[in-house]
Amino acid sequence: MLFKTKTFEDAPVVLSIEDLTVRLSGNTTAKPVLDKISFQIRAGETVCLVGESGSGKSVTSLAAMGLLPKGALEVSGGRILLGETNLLDLNASQMRDKRAKSLSMVFQEPMTALNPVMRVGEQIEEVLDTHSRVSKREKKQRVLDIMEQVHLPDVERVYRSYPHQLSGGQRQRIMIAMALILEPQLLIADEPTTALDVTTQRQILALIAELQEKHGTAVLFITHDMGVVAEIADTVQVMNHGILVERAPVETLLRSPQEDYTKRLLRAVPSLVPRQERTDKPPKGGPALSVRDLDKAYGSSGWLVNRAPTQAAKDVNFDIPMGRTLGIVGESGSGKSTVARCIMRLIDPSDGSIKVAGAEIAKLTRSEMRPYRKHIQIVFQDPFRSLNPRWTVGQSLIEGPLNLGQDKTSAMKRARELMELVGLPEDAVDRYPHQFSGGQRQRIAIARAIAMEPDVLVADEAVSALDVSVQDQVLKLLDELQKKLGIAILFITHDLRVAAQICDEVVVMQKGRVVEHGKAASVLGAPKHSYTRALIEAAPGRSWDFANFKELPTVAA
Amino acid sequence: MSAANAPVSRLQPVLGLLSLPLRLRKLGGGPMIAAIVLIIIVIAAALAPLYIPHDPLAINAIYRLKGPSEMFLLGTDAYGRDLFSRVVMGGRVSLFIGVGAAVVSVSLGLAIGLVSGFFRVADSIIMRIMDSLMAIPSILLAIALVALNGPSLWSVIAAITLPEIPRVVRLVRSVVLTVREEPYVEAAVALGSSMPKILWQHLMPNTLAPLTVQGTYICASAILTEAILSFLGAGVSTEIPTWGNIMAEGRLYFQIKPSLIFWPGLMLSLCILSINLLGDTARDLLDPRLRKREA
Amino acid sequence: MLGYILKRLLAVVPVITFVAIFVFLLLRLTPGDPAAILAGDAATPAQLEKIRTSLGLNDPLLVQFGTWIGQLFRGDLGISLISNIPVSDMVGQRIWPTINIALMTIILSVLLAVPMGVIAAWKHRTWADYAVMSFSVLGFSVPVFVIGYIFIQVFSIELRWLPVQGYTPPTEDFGKFLSKAILPCLTLATIYVALIARMTRASMLEVLGEDYVRTARAKGVSETLVLFRHALRNAAVPILTIIGTGFALLISGVVVTESVFNIPGIGRLTVDAILARDYPVIQAMILLTSAIYVFINLMIDVAYSIIDPRIRY
Repeated sequence: MLFKTKTFEDAPVVLSIEDLTVRLSGNTTAKPVLDKISFQIRAGETVCLVGESGSGKSVTSLAAMGLLPKGALEVSGGRILLGETNLLDLNASQMRDKRAKSLSMVFQEPMTALNPVMRVGEQIEEVLDTHSRVSKREKKQRVLDIMEQVHLPDVERVYRSYPHQLSGGQRQRIMIAMALILEPQLLIADEPTTALDVTTQRQILALIAELQEKHGTAVLFITHDMGVVAEIADTVQVMNHGILVERAPVETLLRSPQEDYTKRLLRAVPSLVPRQERTDKPPKGGPALSVRDLDKAYGSSGWLVNRAPTQAAKDVNFDIPMGRTLGIVGESGSGKSTVARCIMRLIDPSDGSIKVAGAEIAKLTRSEMRPYRKHIQIVFQDPFRSLNPRWTVGQSLIEGPLNLGQDKTSAMKRARELMELVGLPEDAVDRYPHQFSGGQRQRIAIARAIAMEPDVLVADEAVSALDVSVQDQVLKLLDELQKKLGIAILFITHDLRVAAQICDEVVVMQKGRVVEHGKAASVLGAPKHSYTRALIEAAPGRSWDFANFKELPTVAA
Repeated sequence: MSAANAPVSRLQPVLGLLSLPLRLRKLGGGPMIAAIVLIIIVIAAALAPLYIPHDPLAINAIYRLKGPSEMFLLGTDAYGRDLFSRVVMGGRVSLFIGVGAAVVSVSLGLAIGLVSGFFRVADSIIMRIMDSLMAIPSILLAIALVALNGPSLWSVIAAITLPEIPRVVRLVRSVVLTVREEPYVEAAVALGSSMPKILWQHLMPNTLAPLTVQGTYICASAILTEAILSFLGAGVSTEIPTWGNIMAEGRLYFQIKPSLIFWPGLMLSLCILSINLLGDTARDLLDPRLRKREA
Repeated sequence: MLGYILKRLLAVVPVITFVAIFVFLLLRLTPGDPAAILAGDAATPAQLEKIRTSLGLNDPLLVQFGTWIGQLFRGDLGISLISNIPVSDMVGQRIWPTINIALMTIILSVLLAVPMGVIAAWKHRTWADYAVMSFSVLGFSVPVFVIGYIFIQVFSIELRWLPVQGYTPPTEDFGKFLSKAILPCLTLATIYVALIARMTRASMLEVLGEDYVRTARAKGVSETLVLFRHALRNAAVPILTIIGTGFALLISGVVVTESVFNIPGIGRLTVDAILARDYPVIQAMILLTSAIYVFINLMIDVAYSIIDPRIRY
């Protein structure tokens, strides 16, 4: 692993934050959201701010931009020095002057961060309109120029496009163009690649590095992803609950972390090295789930409008034996979730066969399907929406068993046992979902699925919304449950690291088709298809073993 | 959240309800005053027969259009009937019309909306009918219904209710369509729950909060519509006093005796103002995103 | 674009059809003999028979409906039972006052209400916001005719600034038209302004919380431009919707206001017809006002696709 090793001691300080404290508005007794944060960024330096949700890393960036949500959060102490000026002393119009000109920001969601009813060219031009006076022709020239610099294709066309006509990566390039057109001293990037696919992420990271090099910009990069940190950081700062835990040059931090919290955070990062192949024989009998030639096409042949149907999934084949895990990996639009939803019969497959516990379910109607539901259960991505907020956990857990005709008392008794099984107290059944954290809710969702005693459990991005330490625990729980109950798991994920940790077999999908299928060790260790290779190469920090603070022994690729 | 280790109480929902006044206090004085005004009006109307000094229908030619006196607190109308007694009794009927229209339209709308959200085939037909009903100006539809069915209390309530139903149906349907996409509803499908069961247990409860809010607005607008119907001569017959028809009669004597319009008008506006304010408060409390759905 | 408009136009057909069926059945399904209802209690058998033949009530239901629809397609709205004048002539005489007053009201309301709503959302939870909200709740809570009478009392009787009632066509004397139309317009506008201001505020509040507004602020764009260039255009769809659906409210208002201010428009024509049970006129007027409502909302649908490039046909 090649870390950045440049030192910045001679470079001028661009941003200096001193004892910055941020509190909830009108609440002086509660714990501050940011507690006396101090750090500096020098010209040309990339400082990564890492932490889990609620650590205060985004609040830090919004405070620097003067964009804290009014009436919710307010700075109650400290200084934010940009060069010589304390930004906290500026009035609203002086602060507006600084934005985009001296410091600018790129946000996480390129989907929502651009105005949907304005052409993107106009949106970049607006920066020039606000901060400078140039002729119309020069203005357009400068916009096209910066669009070239962020490597947008066919800039004349993109200039006239609306955001919804561009891809996620292109939109993020527009955001970057907007942020850098006036060559500010500081760029704040708040999780700018989190919403993007890995291959796009790689390009955007490279772009930021390239432009930083060219203009000598200081970058404050906020992320939760240690892989990204390893790739781009000069200096790393770890935050936890509003406190700066540790600050060190990137290699020092990854090799010899000092603080317990940092070590814990690093240990939770799943390794890209596939798990050991299981030696025990899977139980006899047919596969728990068998999918043959599964197709799903979305037709949209309407009246007056006629579009060719889109193939969301085509010719998908696989088997999962009892007690084994098969992962489907792919980027957004690969069709992996479509396959999961077809198998669950939440949507109707266009063609093909799905056999669960020996029974063919692909063509059953809704009501015919109901008796077979018991065999196959699902856990969704969003833990905050997958439980009915009005029901107690117990009510949610017994919904399935009651449908199967179990009586309420025994179902409730079983629900309490299940809570214990997923590592929650028995009395959790009497509480409501809002009283639990995201990780705990995901455990409840798993318990609800297990209550049906299914043969197959479908986990659709089930750990993607969780912080890495929680992710680690939930993965361990799934593994444990599989050993105890012998269920087959179909694991849908975009994250190769997660797939490497839990899957026995991996299916790689791209644009609705399976491009590679095999043992996890061979697909992830010695990929054959070029797309799989591209995916693996794009995984940030792939040659570093975060959990053991050292290089991986054998560097793939 | 460390809540998982905290002691559990079965009283949780009860405690939640008890804390409602505390939450209300945070919202400031307006809603508080509105609630008090409304409670006074409702109690005054409900207990009216116990304390009104005169029969609101007793015609007395000697006392026509008299000013306020000890005998007639607010004076008399053109037939010598006691205005105070009429306004109080009128409030009773107006409130009854308001609440009646709200209850009937919300329950019918809920039923139709759920059916529409459930049966795809029924949906397109039901929604076309609802669109057409919404296209007919409600006041014209209401006067037409009253004119054809006679000026009875029930025909007025029916005439006010019918045009409100499509709005309720649309609200219920939009909630059903949004919530249907929630993962917990898909989980219920996966757990083998039947569609009617999902509709009733998972989807219907989500409509109750917006429907409560919508119900208060319908109640207010029904009282208002009744007044307008009376004004246009298509209201409840004057043997049953309502705020609306007291004003409608009073308008002929507006120049001589404005209090015939003033008092019922004041009571009606105060009442509607309070209901609307409480509706707004409930809407802010229950769901700030509601505004969008109603659009 | 043309395809989209065509599609929207076709979607209107079932709605208008249902309205027609509904209006048709309104009389026929009323309990009792329709002719007796229309003629009143003191009708002679000869009068009843006249009503029956003129409405074709002796024919089977389907035949009646067919004849009526056939007449509609020929532009024949029927003949008034009371005055014996063709309904289309009656409408032609009285539609202009209504159109003039309604147009003025809509323009006035939008010009007042949208800035009010924008300011209320921008100054959320300040006195400006509370003032707008109070006005809007008040506008909903006072009956239109009471507002009308208050205006007459204050501006015409006490201050003697404006004439009490009546109507002069603008083609005849524009000054007189204005002086007579201004009170009815203000009366009508109160509720419409309340409605639009409220929706503008709600929609703006929602949009002001969006990411792209934050992006605009992060670019250093001034507050005025953030509000009007970025936020308002995104908030426009629900505002337009409420202007369209609120049109039904406006029609109700027109009916009342024309009575209060003694304006010879189609609102009063309709009320008089309903009260006199002049059924051909009732049928025609309900159908006509519904068609106007549907048409206006169709225009608004088309406007969406111009405002928001994501809405594609």
